Amino acid sequence: MELGPHAVYIWSAYGVVVVTLAALIGWLVADGRRQQRLIEEIEARGLGGTRSRR
Amino acid sequence: MLVMQSLTQRLANPSNFMALSARLLPWCWVVAAGLIGSGLYLAFFGSPPDYQQGQTVKIMYIHVPAAWLSMLIYTLIALSSFGLLVFRHPLADVSAKAAAPLGATFTFLALATGSLWGKPMWGTFWVWDPRLTSVLILLFLYLGLIALRSSIEDEALAAKLTAVLSLVGIAILPVIKFSVEWNSLHQPASVMRLGAPTIHASLLWPLFVMALGMTVLFTALQLKAMRNEILRRRVKALRRIAATSAADLSQQPAE
Repeated sequence: MELGPHAVYIWSAYGVVVVTLAALIGWLVADGRRQQRLIEEIEARGLGGTRSRR
Repeated sequence: MLVMQSLTQRLANPSNFMALSARLLPWCWVVAAGLIGSGLYLAFFGSPPDYQQGQTVKIMYIHVPAAWLSMLIYTLIALSSFGLLVFRHPLADVSAKAAAPLGATFTFLALATGSLWGKPMWGTFWVWDPRLTSVLILLFLYLGLIALRSSIEDEALAAKLTAVLSLVGIAILPVIKFSVEWNSLHQPASVMRLGAPTIHASLLWPLFVMALGMTVLFTALQLKAMRNEILRRRVKALRRIAATSAADLSQQPAE
């Protein structure tokens, strides 16, 4: 595909968007897994388990 | 109206929200990927170069949706803040907190892609123009909301103060909207305007598909961020219960 003399600006703009959104999605997925793991750890130790004991 | 009220009442229970969002999320990811993929195909293979800007118009397909979302997300934060302060909706603060980093990200993308579009078109990456400057202020506002919340330990107080700041900050949105009419280098509105869009249909359709795709992507990101925040609050609650139980046990006299 021929993008003309300003191709570097076009590809850079798309590159910034792809990298930033990939980082954002990665951060959200990692954060979700971390919170889920923390809940499982607390419940496995029986701490804060009043809810599960009820 | 009644349906909306019933939905917001049902979603006031975080467990209902978690169940509903778990079902919605996979669909949002798939629809967003499909729309963005189709939009990119239309943008690169189905739309002509602009008669003035040539192929650099391709940047429009990511710049304009990011700019729209930067304002849409701020509107969502302001509405959520209103919901927290007036109706004390349990998920309102979760929504406002989750949306702030997403809004900052899309505002950064609007500025970065705009800057990369500006260099070949205006001859400079940056100029202290009313539109660019007001969007930069919006980015600082998002960062301010995040910083204010994280600087206050009392979560309820942090939520209220952040909500007040976000409602005050909504004044930036009309400034951004009308700034292109104030001796700005930025081109005037060509899609969201009174009357028909001034942009040709061959460029408008890929833009529309990309904007829709990015909006669905934001919906997925927001649902995911809200789920994370609910889990984070659950962790804190469980730790509080654990600490209280431990304190109760230590106060019981030994038999």
